[in-house]
Amino acid sequence: MKWDWNAVSDFMPEFWHGLLVTLQILALGSLLSFTLGLVWALLMRTPSRWVRWPVGVVTEFVRNTPLLVQLFFLFYVLPEWGLTFSALATGAFAIGLHYSTYTMQVYRAGIEAVPVGQWEAATALNLPRRRTWTAVILPQAIRRVIPALGNYVIAMLKDTPMLMVITVLEMLGRARLFSQQHFQFTEPLTVIGVAFILISYLASLLLRALERRLVR
Amino acid sequence: MSVETRTKSSVTDAPSSELIRLAGVTKRFGTNTVLDQLDFSVQPGKHVTLIGPSGSGKTTILRLLMTLTKPDEGTITVDGQQLFPAPEKQIREVRKKIGMVFQQFNLFPNMSVLRNITEAPVQVLGMSRDEAEARARELLDLVGLADKCDARPTRLSGGQQQRVAIARALAMRPQVLLLDEVTSALDPELVAGVLDLLRDIARSTDITMLCVTHEMGFARDISDQVLMFDSGRVIESGPPEKIFSDPDQDRTREFLSAVL
Repeated sequence: MKWDWNAVSDFMPEFWHGLLVTLQILALGSLLSFTLGLVWALLMRTPSRWVRWPVGVVTEFVRNTPLLVQLFFLFYVLPEWGLTFSALATGAFAIGLHYSTYTMQVYRAGIEAVPVGQWEAATALNLPRRRTWTAVILPQAIRRVIPALGNYVIAMLKDTPMLMVITVLEMLGRARLFSQQHFQFTEPLTVIGVAFILISYLASLLLRALERRLVR
Repeated sequence: MSVETRTKSSVTDAPSSELIRLAGVTKRFGTNTVLDQLDFSVQPGKHVTLIGPSGSGKTTILRLLMTLTKPDEGTITVDGQQLFPAPEKQIREVRKKIGMVFQQFNLFPNMSVLRNITEAPVQVLGMSRDEAEARARELLDLVGLADKCDARPTRLSGGQQQRVAIARALAMRPQVLLLDEVTSALDPELVAGVLDLLRDIARSTDITMLCVTHEMGFARDISDQVLMFDSGRVIESGPPEKIFSDPDQDRTREFLSAVL
């Protein structure tokens, strides 16, 4: 095996396209999983079991079926119902939805970890329910769960290549295409491997900075 | 209900000289009866201290009044308005009249000291932020922490945190202040500062106080009335001079000799 720098430079234009797509999936997926997971967690705390029950069933179902199956389903079945989205949007949605069923558990644990005395103090001060959530409980709960959410960002990053199966050309897709055209595998795969490590590292730095800001 | 019975009940059940009235209040946790058919009332401006062994139901009374828990039987009336059962709106009206200070302070760690105090006046009483802050600064001055406005509660000592919690409760201008073992979680050298502050407040305001405490010296100083609890009942009540010097019940004598 011989390392060919020319192959690296030939691959780079392809790589940048793939990187952009990977980052888009990661950003949209994170945003969706963070918000949707919080919505699930809050819905699971409503007094009405007519809300809790369906939310519980749907999220259990999504968590316990493979992401790959969900990708195929959303990409091939939704258009039959007249819902057509780009492959990228479909893929980012699938990842976000899938991981929201994990982040919801993280939020749940974070909310339950807020001491009961905080609820009691809010009641004693007569704060409205909504205000108790937004000003007292959630700021404390979310601060606690940021490290755990960060782990899911990295897990999502590592699942982005799955979108290849629905024609999204992210980093691995670009590397594979390049390899098949040029019969050079080592260089493009090494480049994207390094890119995955760098993105993970930068994401964890970003989340740590966010955590510090919130803890302050 | 006819006019006649309503008039009658307003005279006999809730005369205007009573701010708080508990009638036949029973509270159970599982098979454990914490409060057993309890009756008592508190007149406005009075300072009532609840003493007795742990688990005798003292704290539960404060928690019932603050609507943090519900009674299994009986009625609780505050300023003529009944709690349990009552519509949410009425419960909120009653809560406005009551403030509570907790054993563990329960300050909001995600807010500055100032925000801890202004949050409820702004959100609940509809005060402007400027007005609420001005009042909060006055209160912090009163509790001796004027320089801690911008500090996070977690940076303060236990005694300082409890004084902020007292300021936070007072900011809502309550008619009734519930004090739940407010010095029990403090280091011994910090207790005196908090008790002195409460003595000041008791002396200089007309706030009605219900106080659960193990600080008998403090109870003797501020109380108009002392209630001795045992097993969910008031076994003896009277002015502090009487209870602390010459109690009628052996159980009271025994308890006092154990804690004094």
